[in-house]
Amino acid sequence: MTTSVLAISEADVAGWLFYLFGGIAGLSAVLLVLSRNIVRMAVCLLFTLAGVAGLYFLLSAEFLAAVQLVVYAGGTLILIIFGVMLTSKSPFSRFEPSAVEVVLAITLGGILLVALVLAVTSQRFPTAAEVAALPASERGYPVDRLGQALLGDYLLPFEIASVLLLVVMIGAAYLAKARRRESTRSANGPAESAASRQARAWS
Amino acid sequence: MSGLLYMLLPMSPLAQASPTVMERVLFGDAASPFQYLLYSVAIIAMVFLPLAMLIAMFSIWWERKVAGHIQSRLGPNRVGPIGLLQSLADGIKLILKEDLVPKDADNLLFRLAPYLAFAPAFAAFVALPFGPNFTYEPRLNVGVFWVLAILSVEVMGVILAGWASNNKWSVYGAMREACQMVSYEIPLGISIIVGIMAAGTLNMVALGHLQGGGIHTWLIYRNPFTLIAFFVFFIASLASNKRAPFDLPESESELVAGFHTEYSGLRFSFFFFAEYAAMFVVGGIQAALFLGGWNDPFGAIGYLYPEALRDFEAGGSPLPLIGLNILGAGMFVIKCMGIVFLQMWIRWTLPRPRIDQVLYACVKVLLPIACVLLLGAALWQLLVPEMAGVPWVKYHPWNWNDWKEQGARGAFVTQIILTIVGVSLFGATSMWAAYNLFSSRRNLKQRLTDPDPIDKAPANLAAASH
Repeated sequence: MTTSVLAISEADVAGWLFYLFGGIAGLSAVLLVLSRNIVRMAVCLLFTLAGVAGLYFLLSAEFLAAVQLVVYAGGTLILIIFGVMLTSKSPFSRFEPSAVEVVLAITLGGILLVALVLAVTSQRFPTAAEVAALPASERGYPVDRLGQALLGDYLLPFEIASVLLLVVMIGAAYLAKARRRESTRSANGPAESAASRQARAWS
Repeated sequence: MSGLLYMLLPMSPLAQASPTVMERVLFGDAASPFQYLLYSVAIIAMVFLPLAMLIAMFSIWWERKVAGHIQSRLGPNRVGPIGLLQSLADGIKLILKEDLVPKDADNLLFRLAPYLAFAPAFAAFVALPFGPNFTYEPRLNVGVFWVLAILSVEVMGVILAGWASNNKWSVYGAMREACQMVSYEIPLGISIIVGIMAAGTLNMVALGHLQGGGIHTWLIYRNPFTLIAFFVFFIASLASNKRAPFDLPESESELVAGFHTEYSGLRFSFFFFAEYAAMFVVGGIQAALFLGGWNDPFGAIGYLYPEALRDFEAGGSPLPLIGLNILGAGMFVIKCMGIVFLQMWIRWTLPRPRIDQVLYACVKVLLPIACVLLLGAALWQLLVPEMAGVPWVKYHPWNWNDWKEQGARGAFVTQIILTIVGVSLFGATSMWAAYNLFSSRRNLKQRLTDPDPIDKAPANLAAASH
């Protein structure tokens, strides 16, 4: 070794971190696909999402990284496991995909991969010198600029998305409510106990 | 591949961020990246990990003491002075225990879950502002949100533990944790936004600087809505931390021990380290966001800090800066521990509701309150002009004329009134607690510091027991 440890540059450190996070994300994504146990898949997905969040951090997109953790790791993933717990009959339900499904998935995945590689290689990303030439306020993604963009230039798409979410929520609440009323009518006849009435009032 | 990599680099925080004051104090102005790397690893391994462990061990001892006193007994008092080494003794015992894994459990996930629960609680420490410079990453612009995000990942460990145990009680505990966490995150997030709107930043260090002008500039007293939002946040944080009265995931009376029924030995203790570290972190968010962070109630640290920083920048000694930081860290830890104490007090006072009542309290009580607070705080921002900028630097926080000139009279009056209300509430509560702690109405009149209980029992009690 001719170089001493003191010669390590910041680019080296960022590079190691890039390979570390990228490796975590990639490896756990492969494990996710190969695993047959749904809950283990969810755990692999957790590591994939965490690795991608780390990559966002490397890009100074801290807000995006935190959103990634809150929405996907903290929200969606928990709901997936919650759904599995509510619906699966055996504790360790397994996926048994048929041969057709495997072939179909591999084909679709291959097409997606080719498309992504083509898209990445055809795009011209700004070089290091070009980014360094930008004024400091233009580099990175500060939270206040993101907020102003969301509530300024992109207000309409933002509001449409929120209305869509509201509609989904109302629909889900309506479906759940209708089913419950039906089931209580059929199950508890006139002889409904005080306790169950109270329990219903609470829920 | 390497071409792509070098495109990423100029944007990475490592490449563009200037060194923090702490790093400059330690290494001077021209340090190599290797020194920074070493510094990061050393801070995490030698400061944060022992700190998290120490906080957890101390809090476990303290919780048992608090529980004892609330239930008119003494709590641990045999190992070490006033039982202080009890947690250490328990830890040694837990290390020596056999590490059991149930035969039908999902072996891998069962072993992984405790670490998944502990790691996030520990990772949240990097953003906590122990002082203006005693913050591991002061450049993290989304500090509050980052801590919230990392705490929401902690649930994953608990859910996995319950699921992988392959035990009905554990799965029930895990399911309760999942629905509790997912629903209480909403009022939690909204009440944080109320505070953030008053401050205008998510960076925890910037939050601390904003609240440096004395107790009336703390965000909790900024407007009536932040005062209520603090309590909403506190209640929601109890639920998301699975602390009583919302400790449904491990309710002993129904679920044996909930998600950790099957755990033994060191893995079991990891869940408790995670829980107490998370309690401290949640206290840290409340201290940093609402209770002034590292600042003292008189604003002395905020007053002295800019001068100390200027001296250091001009090539002076870093000692005043370090002194202020140590003072600030003391204030911050006191505030966090106060919140932790409040959590313990509530745990041993209130009974546990049913799970449907817990969810009712979230969706039909806390959530509407939080939404009203959000709306009210937004209107307040619009209607009442406030002082902008860092106190002492931009304006004199105690000088009425300064506020009058900037047209912030309403804000000053509100903040003073809210401070008086808040301080008297706090004073009354502490007096009440102190009265009950030292009240002579108790039969077994023992103090927290009494090492030798039996011999000192009052004579009438000794007579009554014969």
